Amino acid sequence: MPVTVFLILFPLIWAFVIFAIRDNKVRGIAAYIGSGTIIAAVGVLFVQWLINGRVPIKMFYDTETADHFILTGEIVLMLVVTYLCFKYHKYWISILSIVPTLMLAYFELAGPELHKIPHVYIDHLSMLMCLIVGIIGGMIIVYAVGYMDGYAHHHPEFEDRRNYFLGLLFFFLSAMFGFVMSESLLWIDLFWETTSVCSFLLIGYTRTDEAVHNSFRALWMNLAGGVALAVGIIYFGYQSHTVAFHDLIDLSTQMHMAYCVLPVALIAFAALTKAAQYPFSTWLIGAMVAPTPSSALLHSATMVKAGIYVLLRLAPAMAGTLTGTMITFIGGFTFFVASIIAIGQSDGKRVLAFSTISNLGLMVACAGVGAPETVWAGVLLMIFHAVSKSLLFQDVGATENAIGSRDIEDMHGLLYRLPRLATFMFIGIAGMFLAPFGMLISKWSALRAAVDESNILLVLFIVFGSATTSFYWTKWMGKLISRSHETGDRLKDITKRNEVVSLTVHAALMILLCILVPFISKVYVDPLLIEMFGKYEDVLPMGVLYTMIVVIAFVFLVPIFSYFIGRKMRANVKLTYMSGINTGDNTMFVDSLGEPKRLWLSNYYFRSFIHPHQLRIFSQILTTAVLLVMMSMIIGGAL
Amino acid sequence: MGKVKKSPWLLHYDGSSCNGCDIEVLATLTPVYDAERFGVVNTGDPLQADILMITGGINQQNAPVVKQLYDQMPRPKVVVAVGTCACSGGVFRECYNMLGGADSTIPIDIYVPGCAARPESIMDGIMKAVELFQKRSDEHDRYEKEHKGEAGPVDPNINTARDKVRMKEMKGAADV
Amino acid sequence: MNHTILYVIGAVLYIVGAPFLGCLMDGVERKLSARMQGRIGPPVLQPWYDFIKLLNKQVVTVDRAQFFILMSYLVLMVMSGAMFFSGNDLLMTFFVLSTTGTFLYFAAIVPSSPYSSMAASRELIQEVCYEPAVLLLSVGFYLATGTFNARAVFTQNTSLVMFLPGFLAAYLFAMIIKLRISPFDVSTSHHAHQELVQGVTTEMGARNLALFKLAEWYEMVFLYGVVAIFILNSSPVSILAAVLVDLAVFFCFVLIDNTNARVKWENMLGLSWAVTGLCSGVNLLILMMIR
Repeated sequence: MPVTVFLILFPLIWAFVIFAIRDNKVRGIAAYIGSGTIIAAVGVLFVQWLINGRVPIKMFYDTETADHFILTGEIVLMLVVTYLCFKYHKYWISILSIVPTLMLAYFELAGPELHKIPHVYIDHLSMLMCLIVGIIGGMIIVYAVGYMDGYAHHHPEFEDRRNYFLGLLFFFLSAMFGFVMSESLLWIDLFWETTSVCSFLLIGYTRTDEAVHNSFRALWMNLAGGVALAVGIIYFGYQSHTVAFHDLIDLSTQMHMAYCVLPVALIAFAALTKAAQYPFSTWLIGAMVAPTPSSALLHSATMVKAGIYVLLRLAPAMAGTLTGTMITFIGGFTFFVASIIAIGQSDGKRVLAFSTISNLGLMVACAGVGAPETVWAGVLLMIFHAVSKSLLFQDVGATENAIGSRDIEDMHGLLYRLPRLATFMFIGIAGMFLAPFGMLISKWSALRAAVDESNILLVLFIVFGSATTSFYWTKWMGKLISRSHETGDRLKDITKRNEVVSLTVHAALMILLCILVPFISKVYVDPLLIEMFGKYEDVLPMGVLYTMIVVIAFVFLVPIFSYFIGRKMRANVKLTYMSGINTGDNTMFVDSLGEPKRLWLSNYYFRSFIHPHQLRIFSQILTTAVLLVMMSMIIGGAL
Repeated sequence: MGKVKKSPWLLHYDGSSCNGCDIEVLATLTPVYDAERFGVVNTGDPLQADILMITGGINQQNAPVVKQLYDQMPRPKVVVAVGTCACSGGVFRECYNMLGGADSTIPIDIYVPGCAARPESIMDGIMKAVELFQKRSDEHDRYEKEHKGEAGPVDPNINTARDKVRMKEMKGAADV
Repeated sequence: MNHTILYVIGAVLYIVGAPFLGCLMDGVERKLSARMQGRIGPPVLQPWYDFIKLLNKQVVTVDRAQFFILMSYLVLMVMSGAMFFSGNDLLMTFFVLSTTGTFLYFAAIVPSSPYSSMAASRELIQEVCYEPAVLLLSVGFYLATGTFNARAVFTQNTSLVMFLPGFLAAYLFAMIIKLRISPFDVSTSHHAHQELVQGVTTEMGARNLALFKLAEWYEMVFLYGVVAIFILNSSPVSILAAVLVDLAVFFCFVLIDNTNARVKWENMLGLSWAVTGLCSGVNLLILMMIR
């Protein structure tokens, strides 16, 4: 059996195996074996692909039986969704599932005769996605085993359905593998719907009212995207008699076929919902009611990355079109506004969620511009974001288990209380924004491309957005390293061993990526661009590259070096200045009644300045209006 | 061995004074007297100060504060008592809550008399303090040179950050 | 090849000379301020005396981590300046500069002291205020010259200020914030103390403060150097013009420092973004249209 098929089928079967195992210990071991196998299989696929000279893998030209399975799968999904919608009295949502499924079924059974196409197509971009899904997703499952044990222990009020949760994670990975490897848009549609339903089920895990409400919001938003996708596919199929993704790109970039405009716009629109861009961002925020591993999975390796993947694929087709302008605007706007809202949040997971939306916005904007430079930036951003977000989510989850809170204010002095977790968190955050790490060099490239494309709005969004982005990250980092205003005693680090394994792997990956950026760019991303655009673009000039290496060396070495110098130096340690009324341990001062009083330091959140709720409503209205107007312009122009 | 006397930075602490001396201290910084021509900077921060200038007497409540500020200043340091109250307690000397002049709490180097002390005499006091500052700095340097690599002499007034003794003292002071 | 040597010389000159130049500028600024206030003022070399004194004092610290963070701050500041004076990539330089600012924030927040922490937060707000302006400056530079490399100014026939007046205005505004000149000295004041005592430097004494001062001098020379790229062009006369413009800017800043009261940070944020958005934005729009 080819590895590709194995990667789709194995997690699928394993999901049911996990679901069936009742014993917690055995299930844990099974999950380790499963994720180990997935990572190994991805490795094998990668090596095979490398040995074959990185030629795109094309497989399965004749797939009549498989197509029937796919159709059956779609119908089963439709039935599941319909059943759940009726169970929770959200009848109208089922329409969003029934209509596209029936349309696709009709198209498949009674539609036009289609050209023969490969159904699996793995090029650089797909391979990259496979690596992200396999490695990050696999590690998240390792983490989830330990985390869910603690979760079941801490939350006895929820029904213990660990087997269901872990099974779903495997199911999700299976769908993601299928999604990124498929070439046939019909297959893509099935996997697309599967990820929507998976995330819906994960969000609703606890079955509280809030969870159910949020999960249905996620469902309808993603299904709405699915409708657009299905319509796009069918329209494209009727016009061109093919449903291959690459054909769509080639037809629109090389042949300039007018009928491609509409499917590209519709599929891009669908990707916006997956990538949680305004006005569809709320589902991702609501998704945080679920246990942490699912957030980590949704935010880093799967789901939102599916949207980015589609947009990056479409990038050449969107370059210079109205669709591209629309996507760029929505992405840039989201980047800016979500980063402002993130400033006002003190809940660690919410900050992470808004920063995900914001960073995805930048990637979306990069894809929308569709120039090689921006796609280069988008790909690098995607790599960094996947590792860093997964690391941060897991770390916040582990910290929450240890200190009983995930509020950033409670993480004051975490470096002295939980050194290991705080260090991981520090690495994750540094990777997200500090110069000269990956995010920054991507911003450099995105900014240059935006100027080249004369996209003034995007320039302004990036420039102002990067200022606000560094604001919320920096103040979080500051919180971690501040001397404690509590007792400052070490807490017991109750992080389980498997969680530590996953965190360590992520942190190591993060550091490696930071150091290897130039290498990755030359060896992997440049060929990816050649494949995508058919020509070579030297995105990163050598001068910048050398500068970057020097900067990286400095930023790593200078603190380490001066740390060791500083340790040897004699210095008299004094009390901090509190107008002379420090009580002697820097944590208390004497108040006006002569009593010692504890000092409490807090960050700025600008709550009176930024009104997250109003800002969200405003952005949703604005982006909806932009989407409506632009989509009608595109549709009107195409028909 | 640097010419440290060219850069005396002041920390001004107002004890239980009537504010007469404080106004005169500020007057020395105004254009008429312009203490900055001697490099004087009125910093509010003991960690950066070289000369502690105290106006007003010391009472039960501010004694620990003065001690702490003095402790926080890095050596070499000089203390100037400005005005009669800081020198001896002045008219408040016999009050129930008074400990006396500034020298009741920390060692004083220069006494500037007057009620209120005139800016000219304050300037004079600062100049005297500056000379002493230079002398102490030279001594400090010589000591550092002779005892390279060793821990400095134990200063009874220097506490480590985690010293909880101070807290008890504070409480004691407040109880009286 | 000859040019490369020139750029290396530029960087070396900066690394060696900037502390002295910055120190001198600091001294002149204090003297000038005093004269504006009708005082005699300290000697011009006063900052140097202060620096020597700080190094001569007993080494004190509030938190041992402070020294190494400040050291990193200083080295990165020197590095971003050297990157600029060796004619390197402008955008990259400014990115490194903002990382440098992060280290100052860390140094101020690490001791968990009330004044210093609050000032650190304000320092961060200042960073949000000036960052868009400097990033946009490099965008404008790129539009005008076609490259991010600062050395490109020497091949221009006309001074960049002809194309980028709005960017210059926004940059000067940002520079007031970055140099912590009143009315935007919310995070720390230069001379007398303010409501946050000594702001970000509250917990820095003796050697730590000396490091901070040194970094400040490097920063000053760097920032005034950036003004020069608006003026410089291929003709050697432009060097003289750049120096004159820098002097004029310097004088204006001292004047502004002495005639304005500190604003609240909310006003600072609103004002700086408005100025940046308007001046740079309009200029950017025009540049993109005529391109």
